[in-house]
Amino acid sequence: MILDKDVIIKDKIFQILADQAQVNFSELSLTSSLVDLGIDSVGVVEIIFKIEEEFDITIPYNSSQTPLKNVDFSRADSIVELVSNLIVENQSS
Amino acid sequence: MRRVVITGCGTINPLGKNVLETWDSFAVGKDGITELDMPDLGRLASRVGGQVRSSSSPYQGENSKVPLNVDRVTSFVSSAASEAINCSGINFDSSTRESSAVILGTAGGGLNTQDESYRRIYQEKKNRVHPLTVPKLMHSAPASQISIEHNISGPVLTFSTACASSNHAIGQAYSMIKSGQILAAISGGAESMLCFGGLKAWEGLRLTAREKCRPFCATRDGMIQGEGATVFVLEELEHAIKRRAEIYAEICGYSMTSDASEFMNPSVEGVFRAMKLALNDAMFNPEDVGYINAHGTGTAINDKIESVAINKLFGLGKNSSYVSSTKSMHGHLIGGSGALELLSCILALKKGILAPTINHIRHDPLCDINLVTNHAIQFKVSKVLSNSFAFGGLNAVLALKSF
Repeated sequence: MILDKDVIIKDKIFQILADQAQVNFSELSLTSSLVDLGIDSVGVVEIIFKIEEEFDITIPYNSSQTPLKNVDFSRADSIVELVSNLIVENQSS
Repeated sequence: MRRVVITGCGTINPLGKNVLETWDSFAVGKDGITELDMPDLGRLASRVGGQVRSSSSPYQGENSKVPLNVDRVTSFVSSAASEAINCSGINFDSSTRESSAVILGTAGGGLNTQDESYRRIYQEKKNRVHPLTVPKLMHSAPASQISIEHNISGPVLTFSTACASSNHAIGQAYSMIKSGQILAAISGGAESMLCFGGLKAWEGLRLTAREKCRPFCATRDGMIQGEGATVFVLEELEHAIKRRAEIYAEICGYSMTSDASEFMNPSVEGVFRAMKLALNDAMFNPEDVGYINAHGTGTAINDKIESVAINKLFGLGKNSSYVSSTKSMHGHLIGGSGALELLSCILALKKGILAPTINHIRHDPLCDINLVTNHAIQFKVSKVLSNSFAFGGLNAVLALKSF
């Protein structure tokens, strides 16, 4: 069941990705990959900052960890899922 | 020894967003000091400054990789450097890029970024700052930005010596070209310290004027801060001639001295020696120097000390070289001051216009110098000096001649 708040989370994340990649919102889909959008490692860190600010969560991301443990930041859908989970954890704590 | 010339100039400062506007402002004695446009103004004792009014880098040039997420000081430098490089026509290609340098001066670096970050974590109690805070605030950011934007892969350096930063940077570039270490350099200085924290820091020193900057005037009450960047293309003479570059001036002398006496107040001996050594290096006689752009901050002590030193070296009153302090118009750009002031020296050499010391109401008998007051004058000069004397007793003087 897709709730309105899920759509809002996805739309906000898409807007952040679109702004960073300098593309139109409409060009993004859940399977969009950050690499294909031309977002480099510095861009990833900026996106994380904006997402943390927007949703008041902390994303456990360290660019030196490979493979990244528990944090898949490669595609739009993995980001949406990660953020949604963190929001739920945040609310229950 | 090789000879060093200036083949390009660029600037953004309180008097204009490029060189021509700035020169026009010098010629008409424009006052670039206005009420500051910033929040919390009511909490500041002095609410005036020389602000750069345009909100974005106005000069992008053809080759611009538009800088993303940089401090205000870096955006100023980017604009000024683009103008200077475009003006000079120099190409940074396989024959030049590795033997070209970027050498800039700044006293405070990315202070707006620092100020905003501190505000976030201490005042707003936020737990995160923008991820690019470090690369934005570091002193070396402006020079690195130029290197990346214009593909310059030789030495890239930043000098931080308070109010002497620009002259030290330009002097270093001059020395490296003269010795054959490099072929060309993008060199100058910048400052953007007109953030709340920066203004409060200067307020603490109790030497900021309330309304206007009046260097050498009997009624002077201190300095006023300005912001901006000025950048030059310095080039080895033969290389410039071979590519038929327009030559603005020749840099022919440079001195670096330290007072080793007090942190805040200059010494007559230190100031005198700095000017004398620059004359010696340039092989100028004092009587040949047509114009001196003074450090002239407008503080009681600097202007008095500098006047005495000028008297000792160049003579008394009207028998001496013309002097002006353009800080009266653009304010004290701290690390960016020497570079902007060099533009007034080039105006003097190229067009015979000596910029005025504006806001001058009454002669101070302790400042018995041949001051150009309130209105620019037309006077042909072929040899000039530009003074910078910094906190910590650091002095740097540049000598230029017409080409």
